Amino acid sequence: MSANIVYAILVTSLATFLSRFLGAVTSQGIKEKSKLFKWFNCLAYATLAALIARTIIFPAGILVDASYSSRFVVVLLSVFIFFISKKNFVYPTIFSAICMAVVNNYI
Amino acid sequence: MISKKYYFQGYRSILTYDSPAIALTCCFIAIGALFKNLGFNIQESIFSTVLTYALPGSLVMAESMLIGASLLNIFLAVWFVNARLYPMAVSLFPLMMHKSQPKWKYYFSCHFIAVSAWLIMKSNYKKIPKEYRIDYWIGIGSATVSVSVIGTFIGFSFSEYLNKDMMMGLAILNPVYFLCMMVGAAKTIQITLSVALGLILGPIIYLLSPEWSILLAGIIGGTVAYLLGEYNVS
Repeated sequence: MSANIVYAILVTSLATFLSRFLGAVTSQGIKEKSKLFKWFNCLAYATLAALIARTIIFPAGILVDASYSSRFVVVLLSVFIFFISKKNFVYPTIFSAICMAVVNNYI
Repeated sequence: MISKKYYFQGYRSILTYDSPAIALTCCFIAIGALFKNLGFNIQESIFSTVLTYALPGSLVMAESMLIGASLLNIFLAVWFVNARLYPMAVSLFPLMMHKSQPKWKYYFSCHFIAVSAWLIMKSNYKKIPKEYRIDYWIGIGSATVSVSVIGTFIGFSFSEYLNKDMMMGLAILNPVYFLCMMVGAAKTIQITLSVALGLILGPIIYLLSPEWSILLAGIIGGTVAYLLGEYNVS
């Protein structure tokens, strides 16, 4: 293995594990029904939602090459399919991949 | 030790009809192909997936390596991006804490905190006795890491056959899957507001501060949602 790549992987895993470990340690004194727990639950959901929105609107990697309109069309259609398929996760997910590949060539 | 019954129950949770396994595999297929293009070998790619096990962090590492960033820069960039794992851990571990379980299980299994595993656990924890939730969680984590490794291997092995359109299809799959899971999980006022405010504030704050946008949107959106929810209850 290349030393540079191994160091990069180790640094990345350390930076990732740090947040997880701190979360596990500090959560020990928090009760399941407490207000603090509820607040952190809200923070977690809002943070994840922000991450998803950023990934779609300001993506990194190959999605940058897809237009805004194609990304929006695919996401909206996928959410629509999620609701009409009685909240099944698999159909909209597979649909989004196929739709993205197709729509990107036409929009 | 770990209860086999609940461990395997957790492991099998990814085999359900609405399992995240397909989405997760596809996302890591894209990551595997990206690693190969970056010059990683198969051992390094799998090593990275097992040790990091967080898609945004892996992407940031890959992008940072492309521009020749230092190790300190990589550490800080990944830490900022993955700081979301902190509130996720704090909002999950109290559901699994039990005095009969040793601490090492919690410290070891915090490595499995990632969006897919977190959302599966949040949806199913009420079905599991509190004493055994940590074993169930370790089962979920082992299963999602296994699937990620398989995806990375497939992506690395077949990267030459993936054209740009296919890579784009794989890249959009991850946010769409998570978005559907979040919308599905929004059953209370507080969670619904948290998701809605996060979705709105994330991109807006990104225009002002790209590095801090996710954390700030999470803190502001989550706090407003929490306060409005409490006000509504009272």
